[in-house]
Amino acid sequence: MQKVNETLAGPANRGTGYRFFRKKSAYLGILPFLILTGLFLLYPTYSVIWGAFHDGDNKFSTEVLTELFQYSATRDAFKNSMRLSGVTAILGAIIGAMFAWAMSVGNPDSRLKRFSLSASGVFAQFGGVMLTFAFLATFGFNGLVTSIFLKYFPTSSIANPTWLYGMNGLIVVYLFFQIPLMFLVFMPAMENMRPQWREASDSLGGDSKEFWLRVGLPILIPSFLGGALLLFANAFSAYATAAALITSGQFITPLQIANAISSEIGTANAAVAKSIAFFMIIVVVVIMGIYSLILRKVSKWDIK
Amino acid sequence: MGYQVKKLSLGTRIWRYFIILSVGIYLILPLYAMLDFSTKPFGGGNQGRTLRAWKVIPTQQDLLQSVFTSLALAALVMLLILSVIVPTIVWVHLKLPKLRRTLELICLLPLATPAIVLVVGVAPIYRWISINISESPITLAAVYSVLILPYTYRSVAASLSAVDIHTLAEAARTLGASTSRMLAQIILPTIRSGILSGAVISIALVLGEFTISSLLNYKTLQPVIAQIGRADGNVAVAVSLASLLFVFALLIVIPNKPKQKQVLDVDVA
Repeated sequence: MQKVNETLAGPANRGTGYRFFRKKSAYLGILPFLILTGLFLLYPTYSVIWGAFHDGDNKFSTEVLTELFQYSATRDAFKNSMRLSGVTAILGAIIGAMFAWAMSVGNPDSRLKRFSLSASGVFAQFGGVMLTFAFLATFGFNGLVTSIFLKYFPTSSIANPTWLYGMNGLIVVYLFFQIPLMFLVFMPAMENMRPQWREASDSLGGDSKEFWLRVGLPILIPSFLGGALLLFANAFSAYATAAALITSGQFITPLQIANAISSEIGTANAAVAKSIAFFMIIVVVVIMGIYSLILRKVSKWDIK
Repeated sequence: MGYQVKKLSLGTRIWRYFIILSVGIYLILPLYAMLDFSTKPFGGGNQGRTLRAWKVIPTQQDLLQSVFTSLALAALVMLLILSVIVPTIVWVHLKLPKLRRTLELICLLPLATPAIVLVVGVAPIYRWISINISESPITLAAVYSVLILPYTYRSVAASLSAVDIHTLAEAARTLGASTSRMLAQIILPTIRSGILSGAVISIALVLGEFTISSLLNYKTLQPVIAQIGRADGNVAVAVSLASLLFVFALLIVIPNKPKQKQVLDVDVA
């Protein structure tokens, strides 16, 4: 495919005359795209990273960046974020993988399976304000489940909806989009398992336990870990759901960033916002980097 | 293809139904609770049912305005995708293969800069825009089209690699088509399904976007729902359910479902 272009602009023509101009003019085609992404993606990213290393007077300084973690508020928010992302990634990955297994052992063309796949596509995208209201209607004050518990088990902890507005509440709410996301990501790996592998294991005298221990799990583990990492990054960068549920304070890192940039609270501090945002970029890049390394290993088993 | 050869054992079947049932209940319960909550009388109490929350929706000026704003935003984002982003991806694949890696890197960058990070960098730009150009929330279309770049790129690149566009392009050229005609009448129809599934996901994301617009103080759909929720929970739940059903309908109508896997299977390579 590239050969065509090379024969058009052979060495004799390179850098001269009309051909040269025509070749370079192809670059004009990407100009609108460069302006759009330059202004709204590349420059903002650059300004966050630049801002993390400069003080209020635009002088190079790592002061804000290094001092950030001396504040207990930052440390607590970061710890909560890590815990929330970790717990929902692990739980979401396990439950999502189990759901994928339950779907894969059934009829491969069942209506239930097709429906779960398309519904999961919707649920995995369904974060934010609407999700928060769904759970407020379930477990919040006067919510469906709360009312039932209040009537029949008034002393249980679910009858008192305050649990929803903290770590446990966030975990339960986040799982709503984490489980379907894991199902979507893990299902292809599950379906890639050949029936021949099981047959081979059986004819060599292996039982179900041995098949899973020696064949199934070793093949599925990279996909599982990859899915869990994707879930971690997904939860770590989510803001809207938590913001709608916990309307004040800086419980997790994204809420702390929001606090630092909104001037309403009077604590607007661009340098702090950029420094925390920089930390978030690093965490997400590291996680996604490992994820793409794992994906490369997974693709070994992709038999088309 | 499953890996199971024999008929399922009783234990397996019990486990299977247990898992499907419990996950199913967990996912459906909140949706049912929304319907339940939206028909409860204002201020609590479990006596009787009322459609009050649904009836007052059309009287909320703020809300109607924000629905209009968000739909207009979604349309504008689609326009940007179709007129700038998709042609650029096709153009780079056809004419500037050297830039393919760079383009992929730019398009996947938003995965590393989630909305809450991007809003920090983009806030000064929008401050400038609201002072010098326009205060309208419609201007958010630019940053939204950037935010969903990974999705657009994935779906378009996937359908581009499914057909040999170089051969198609050469054939169109040989038959005397101009570049714009080749793009509009040969290439775009070929990758239509990829564009369509990318576009539908982008509409869903624009309608559901909260982070950037709320932190930049624009009144799009989600910040307004959150604002209503502080005054009247029943109405907020009713509106959430309505907009959710709309997005459901939109996403389930996505023309080719297998593509969804590729769209969601994101990685930074």
